[in-house]
Amino acid sequence: MLNDITLGQYFPGNSLAHRLDPRTKILLTVLYIVTLFCAKSFVSYALVAVLLITGVKVSGVAPKALVRGLKPILFIICFTAVLNLFYTPGETLVTFWIFRITKEGIFTAFFMVLRITMLIMGTFLLTYTTSPIALTDGLETLLGPLKKIRVPVHELAMIMSIALRFIPTLIEETDKIMSAQKARGADFESGNLLQRAKALVPILVPLFISAFRRADELAVAMECRCYHGDAGRTKLHVLHYQRRDYLVLLAYAAILIAVLVLAHFGL
Amino acid sequence: MSDIIKTENLTFSYPPDEGKEPVPALRGIDLAIEQGSFVAILGHNGSGKSTLAKHMNAVLLPGGGTVWVDGMNTADEDLLLEIRRRVGMVFQNPDNQIVANVVEEDVAFGPENLGVPTEEIQKRVAASLKAVGMEEFTLHAPHHLSGGQKQRIAIAGIIAMEPACIVLDESTAMLDPLGRREVLDTVKKLNREKGITIVLITHHMDEAAMADRVVVMDSGRVVMDGTPEEVLVRVEELRAIGLAAPHTVELLHGLRQDGFDVPLNALSVKDCADAIAACLRK
Repeated sequence: MLNDITLGQYFPGNSLAHRLDPRTKILLTVLYIVTLFCAKSFVSYALVAVLLITGVKVSGVAPKALVRGLKPILFIICFTAVLNLFYTPGETLVTFWIFRITKEGIFTAFFMVLRITMLIMGTFLLTYTTSPIALTDGLETLLGPLKKIRVPVHELAMIMSIALRFIPTLIEETDKIMSAQKARGADFESGNLLQRAKALVPILVPLFISAFRRADELAVAMECRCYHGDAGRTKLHVLHYQRRDYLVLLAYAAILIAVLVLAHFGL
Repeated sequence: MSDIIKTENLTFSYPPDEGKEPVPALRGIDLAIEQGSFVAILGHNGSGKSTLAKHMNAVLLPGGGTVWVDGMNTADEDLLLEIRRRVGMVFQNPDNQIVANVVEEDVAFGPENLGVPTEEIQKRVAASLKAVGMEEFTLHAPHHLSGGQKQRIAIAGIIAMEPACIVLDESTAMLDPLGRREVLDTVKKLNREKGITIVLITHHMDEAAMADRVVVMDSGRVVMDGTPEEVLVRVEELRAIGLAAPHTVELLHGLRQDGFDVPLNALSVKDCADAIAACLRK
C-alpha cells in the first residue's frame, strides 16, 4: 500500500531539459517564478505560457503528469479564484443578493488561477527532469557562497541526500511493522478518524526507535569511511556548465527583460 | 611480514548503567595480525569480538593498553583519517552503511572524503566495483539490491579507499546462504589477489574454517589462537564456551568416541568423507 508513494518524482529521460546542468534548471525556475509575478497583461502571460509549453515539449514529460500534479492544490486554486472574483473593487457587472462581480474581479481571478497553475507546472518541470541527487548537488553548488557567512550548506545537502536515500528503506520497514502488528491483531482499517490515528501509534513508536538506531549505525559507518564534513572533500561528479546552459539562460534572460519592459508600459 | 594491527594488553569497558559496576568487555588482549593474512575471530555473543573489531580502526579507543595500526597509535587523534583509510570496516546491517542512493556515488563516498581528485575517484569506483563483481550495477539504486549485493557494495566502498585491511564485523549474519557465499568469495578473492588483510568476525564455524588463522574469544579474552586445523578440532573446549565445532569435526569426534580410528582435522566435507571412507576400507 505504501509502495506507490513517489517522493521527489523524477522521470528519467535524455531530453535537453534532462541534460541541462541542475544549476541552470534551478536558476531558470527562479527566473520563471519572477517573470510570472511580473506579468500583468495578456501579452506577458502569453509569453510565459509559450515558455512553459516549450519547456514541457522539450522535456518530453507527458502533460498529463503535470496536470496530475495540480490535483492536491485544486482547492487552493478554486478558493483564490472565488475570493478574487467577489472581493475585487471596480466596475460592477452583475449583482445578486450580497454578491457583486466586477470586471476587474473577473480579470484578477483569471490571472490568479493562471499564475498559480503555471507556477506549479513550471516548478514540477524541474523535479520531473532532475534527479534528486542532481538537485541536491546543484543546490549545494549554487548556495556554496553562503558558506562564507557560515550557512551549513554542505550539511544541509548531506541531510537532504541521506533523507532521500532512506525513504525507501523506511517505507519498507513501515510495511514490515504494519504486518507484524496486524499479525498481533492490530486493526488499522476500521473505526473513526481518532481511533485510526491512535492505531498508528504502535507503528510509529517502533519506526522511530529503529530510525534512531539506523542513524547511529550510519553515523559510525560514515566515520569509518573518513567522513569529516566538508573540509577537503572532492566529488565523483563535478558540475560543468555546457554551451547549452549559457544559451538557454541567455534566451531566458531576454524573455524576462521583455516581460519587464511590457509591464513597465502597463501591458 | 609486518603486522598491520597489533594490540598490547588492550582492555576496555563500556560505560555502565547508573549505579552499576562497569563490566569489562576486553580484559587484556595481545594480538598481532600479519599483513596479508586472513584471520577469523570467533566467539559467542558478548565474548568481546565486536568490541575488539571496533578498536581496529579507532571507532572505540582503548580503556587501557595500546592498539597499533600499521605502526600508528589509534589514540592519536591526528592520525585518525590515516588509520581509517588503512583499515576499512563492513558492518552487520547492509542498509545502515550505504550513504548514497546510487551505487557509484556510494562507492565514491570514501575517496571523496579523503579528497582524492575526481578523475582518480572515477577510476577507483570502476576498479572497486569490478573487484567485487558488481560493475553492472554502477547506476542502480542500492535499495533494489539483495543483502549480499549490498554488502559487496559496502566492500567496494572500502576498497575504493585502498585499504591494507578490511574488518568484517559479522557482515554475513543478516544474509541468506547465497548472500553469505557471495560476500565470503569476494573477501577470499581480495585476500588472495590483492593481498588485503581480512579480519572476519563471525560465529559461523564454516566461515572460520576458510581462514588462515582462527582466534577464539571468550568473555573478553583470547582463549585459542592457531590454524583452523589446530583450533576447530578442540571440540570439548569449544563446547565449554558456547561454540560448536564444524559439523564435520563433530561427526568425526562422535565416530572416534565410538572407537573408529579417524583423524579429527578433516574440516571440509570432502576431506571428512575421504577420512571416513579410508577408515571403512581398513
